[in-house]
Amino acid sequence: MGWLFEPGFFSNGPVHVALVIGGVTAVVSALVGVFTVVRGQSFGGHALSDVSTAGGSGALLIGLSPLSGFVAGDLLGGAAMEALGTEHERGRDVATGIVLGAATGLAALFLYLDATSGTTTGTAQQILFGSIFVLQPSIIPVVAALACLALGLLALLYRPLVLHTFSPEIAHARGVPVRLVGALYMAALAMAVALSSITIGTVLSTALLIGPPAAALRLTRGMGRALLVAALTGLGATWLGILLSYDSFYWSPSRRFLPVSFFVVAIIVVAYLASGLARLGLRRRPSAPGGA
Amino acid sequence: MILGLQQPSGGTVRIAPDSSGRRSIGYVPQKTQLAPDLPLRARDLVALGIDGHRFGLPRRSAARARAVDEMLEAVGALGFANARVGQLSGGEQQRVLIAHALISRPRLLLLDEPLASLDLGSAQEIIALLDRFVRERGVAVLLSAHEMNPLLPVMDRIVYIAAGRAASGTTEEVVRPSVLSKLYGHHVDVVRVHGRVLVVAGPGSGDEELLATDAARVVP
Repeated sequence: MGWLFEPGFFSNGPVHVALVIGGVTAVVSALVGVFTVVRGQSFGGHALSDVSTAGGSGALLIGLSPLSGFVAGDLLGGAAMEALGTEHERGRDVATGIVLGAATGLAALFLYLDATSGTTTGTAQQILFGSIFVLQPSIIPVVAALACLALGLLALLYRPLVLHTFSPEIAHARGVPVRLVGALYMAALAMAVALSSITIGTVLSTALLIGPPAAALRLTRGMGRALLVAALTGLGATWLGILLSYDSFYWSPSRRFLPVSFFVVAIIVVAYLASGLARLGLRRRPSAPGGA
Repeated sequence: MILGLQQPSGGTVRIAPDSSGRRSIGYVPQKTQLAPDLPLRARDLVALGIDGHRFGLPRRSAARARAVDEMLEAVGALGFANARVGQLSGGEQQRVLIAHALISRPRLLLLDEPLASLDLGSAQEIIALLDRFVRERGVAVLLSAHEMNPLLPVMDRIVYIAAGRAASGTTEEVVRPSVLSKLYGHHVDVVRVHGRVLVVAGPGSGDEELLATDAARVVP
């Protein structure tokens, strides 16, 4: 295994922090993302990643940590989308587009001010594409608390959310508080996007949110299995991405660490393509009674 | 209004006064397009009929699994219990939705256009199923339908709404040429074939009066 794990991988402090935070955020993103995909809210998830950019760069500008900006921005952006969006499918799309546009405009301003203030170099790079190897161990408790909050919300909402995703009409008729369930899910989604923003960056957080669930949904029939496969795919992609990024120092000609984000997203894309091939394989097999 | 989603502008709605409101009603909405990638098996949807409206993670127990299996069997859906709901045919989906609505043992089953987009055979099967539940389990079935012919043999009472007017009563009282013609404002026939009743609207070739007006319109 020596060829796979280059020297110092297991004794390197920043690597430990990256594995813990990267692993936690990948699992949260994948579990929340399964619902994002089946509820058709991928566009909303992507808009939140732009809100992250604005929140993170704005927080740096006033001397706060990017994570606090990600969380505050995403919760605010999610609330705005819920408030503007109506029950209708198109109303939601328009609300998402408005929030996305506003956030991107703010991000353009904040990133410009960050870059020209001179005190913080390379911040744009860190916000947009992640900074997993420079994370301080001190943020682990905050990350853990946010992860517990997001997963707790998801567990609380599980049954009414599944029912509402299947049929808003039935959920409504059976007395599910539809607006409340939608708003609380949006809060969980905001926290998931904020968490993945600190590991692979705001621009690429959508990849962790949508990629592993999309691959899992191609291979599974039930919700429980889909959640499990998505979480394992996200976790595997993130840990393998960290490993490859660490190793890249030894095999890249320029002796530099290539970005973790690139490797994570590349692995997710490969996993998604592989899930398509695997599904073709499943289809070829004579199907059991009840179909595939 | 019956589900309590809208308030009546006047009067009150009373359903099975001895039981507690909404829980005693099962509801099957009009068919909507379901995403085939929704990871929900037929048996998962029926299980959601028990407590899907409550917060929290799903509970698993042998008793629940048995109740779900019994319900699936009662609607003839055991054969595709493990298939994704989105991949089932219209008639199969309708069976699973009825199972979802009935597993909480409601007194009243509301169905919105249960036969829409079903082929003739599936429609007959769903009607037989509903008829059996009414007789065996004492469930009242209230449904809306545009196409009423297949339903005529099993309905007890009809509220027939057309052209802003309504007629109500037993099937015998409402489904008559005189009542329906008046309701629609043009001629409607009620035909009996092999013990079945068919409602046929529009000018038939045997109707001399209507033929005459048609001819008058064609000739200048």
